[in-house]
Amino acid sequence: MGGYTSQELTAIFVMQGFSGLSLFCVFLLMALGLAIIFGQMGVINMAHGEFLTLGAYITWMVSELATQTWPWMQDFYFPLAVVLAFAGTFILGYLVEMLLIRRLYSRPLDTLLATWGLGLILQQIYRSTFGPREVSVTMPDWLMGSWAPTDIIDIPLNGLLVMGITAMMTLLVVILLYRSRWGIKVRATTQNRAMANAAGINTQRVDRFTFALGCGIAGVAGAAFTTIASTGPTTGSLYIVDTFLVVVFGGAASLLGTVVSAFGIAQSQSILEFFLSGSMAKVITLLTVVGILMFRPQGLFASKVRR
Amino acid sequence: MQDSTRSKPAWKRRLLGLALSTGLGFTGMAGAAEVNTTGLAVTDDTVQVGILHSVTGTMAISETGSVEAEKLAIEQINAMGGVLGRQIEIIQEDGASDWPTFAEKARKLLVQDHVAAVFGCWTSASRKAVLPVFENQNGMLYYPTFYEGLEQSKNVIYTGQEATQQIIAGLDWIAQEKDAKTFYLVGSDYIWPRTSNKIARKHIEDVLGGTVVGEEYYPLGNTNFGSLINKIRLKKPDVVYSSIVGGSNVAWWKQLKAAGITADRQTIMTISVTEDEVLGIGGENMEGFYSAMKYFQSLDNENNVAFVNAFKERWGDDSVIGDVTQAAYLGPWLWKAAVEKAGSFDIDAVAAASADIELTTAPEGYVKVHENHHLWSKLRVGQWQADGQAKVVYESELIEPNPFPEGYQ
Repeated sequence: MGGYTSQELTAIFVMQGFSGLSLFCVFLLMALGLAIIFGQMGVINMAHGEFLTLGAYITWMVSELATQTWPWMQDFYFPLAVVLAFAGTFILGYLVEMLLIRRLYSRPLDTLLATWGLGLILQQIYRSTFGPREVSVTMPDWLMGSWAPTDIIDIPLNGLLVMGITAMMTLLVVILLYRSRWGIKVRATTQNRAMANAAGINTQRVDRFTFALGCGIAGVAGAAFTTIASTGPTTGSLYIVDTFLVVVFGGAASLLGTVVSAFGIAQSQSILEFFLSGSMAKVITLLTVVGILMFRPQGLFASKVRR
Repeated sequence: MQDSTRSKPAWKRRLLGLALSTGLGFTGMAGAAEVNTTGLAVTDDTVQVGILHSVTGTMAISETGSVEAEKLAIEQINAMGGVLGRQIEIIQEDGASDWPTFAEKARKLLVQDHVAAVFGCWTSASRKAVLPVFENQNGMLYYPTFYEGLEQSKNVIYTGQEATQQIIAGLDWIAQEKDAKTFYLVGSDYIWPRTSNKIARKHIEDVLGGTVVGEEYYPLGNTNFGSLINKIRLKKPDVVYSSIVGGSNVAWWKQLKAAGITADRQTIMTISVTEDEVLGIGGENMEGFYSAMKYFQSLDNENNVAFVNAFKERWGDDSVIGDVTQAAYLGPWLWKAAVEKAGSFDIDAVAAASADIELTTAPEGYVKVHENHHLWSKLRVGQWQADGQAKVVYESELIEPNPFPEGYQ
């Protein structure tokens, strides 16, 4: 191939593979929270992106505090920021469910409008609080730069971090959904709400916790994304379309579907980007997804749900 | 949203007014009817102008600086006695990052408020939306952003650079300085980067004798540049020429840094990064890369030092000033000069008087309005430092604006 050594080609192959993998992790991390809320509860949460933004802003505040007030914390603030981002968005999600979502369970279209409005309100609150300019966290030194296993291969460290967080969160969600009492209750509620109620499950409490957890995961995603991009009041809306795409394509209510769909979309996007241009890659990926959904409207992996 | 910028205590203002009216008494101050034959919002001691930018929505990030600069200029003009002895009053409207809203607010400012001039718009899309309003209602717009050119209107003064002013001199410099032969063009996917790269490609291929080894566009808001970075690594261009804008910018530079592409390994020149963007990107991620602009906050001249100090005093010590902010600051001053030259607030008189207006007090240095309503200006190349400021490494001669470059379309 055109004047490149095989060593160079291998290096590009490795780095391109990594780039596809990190896009996959970004997609998956975004989609996990939504997969729980939309997939398990059937709530279309248009404000999901704004929960992600909140997580990012919390991370930024911790980073500012660390660099300005407690310089000794500078190298270690990130894990703390992730925990706080989770806690903050979890609490907000809990309140939103209590005040807004639970009144609209039987009205899915109204939920869509209400959460869209909530998203706009949150955006303007961020804008008034943090200013319209985008902010960027100061990254600890150990997160800057790249890891170079050979002379010509560079693996970005922040990509590795996002990967690590994604793996952790996915594992956490799998354990919670399939290995905990709460998970059994959630799945029971998803399959048949009336029966679950009759069997003594407090579905209202299950719903509230599920929604808050989904929001909390969005907060963690926001924290992780501060390492690769900036944070502004409308950051969340950059991710929301892709997020819904991943969840719908994977098949609602299927965690495995979400993982497979995130992987498929990310890899095809990444490979197409390499051979075509960014905009064309997006067009072709979207067309393919639309095409497949026409034949499988329920998504890649649909679980049986009684309605 | 009325915003009176008269901040002086009343007695001071009266004293100033007295001094001015007696002073002007000798030169014969014209009454409102004489300087305003078309029913604009001008009285014997005030004149109303509009500011039309987005202070909410996605574009608020960029447009806030312009609003601040325009208000500062107007306050300074008022402190000097106003325009034709009249204090300027501001009517501010919010375009809300939404192009139809821009058109609606422009119509409100012209039809309902009869403002004598409007300072505003930022994106080309918003300018295109208000242009028919300004032309039909005969208003005056001062537009601050560097843009793709291919436009000229009696009713608009373009205080930023059009594409050829920003692109050609910058490419010439980098080609010579870095002995560059191969170029990789990247941009966000909309009209400005595409038009700019068209001009850049033409210039690289026909004049510089170089080759364009790649030209790519990514959707606005894209935050994943891994594949693009790998392609750049594979093609090894002498220069990467970037016009990626907005939130994508931050992701792009951070990921370059994370992928180990630093200034000592790869020359990158951008036409879309000002001090405002660097604030979000972080100076440490931009260190050593180049921007081609007409203005940098670090310019070392008397006008600019005074401007930067005044700006920080008014809007806070940590504010930064980018290219567009400075261009926005020129708007009210150019309008004042044109009104005084015409001796009238009438739009037709101001538009006609605008050509050949000179400002020697501009922070960017001497500027002059061309008869095509764009400005003669210099191009500067700045190299970014870790502290988020640019070191100017090249300054061109004054460049004639040429919004319709022949052979480049």
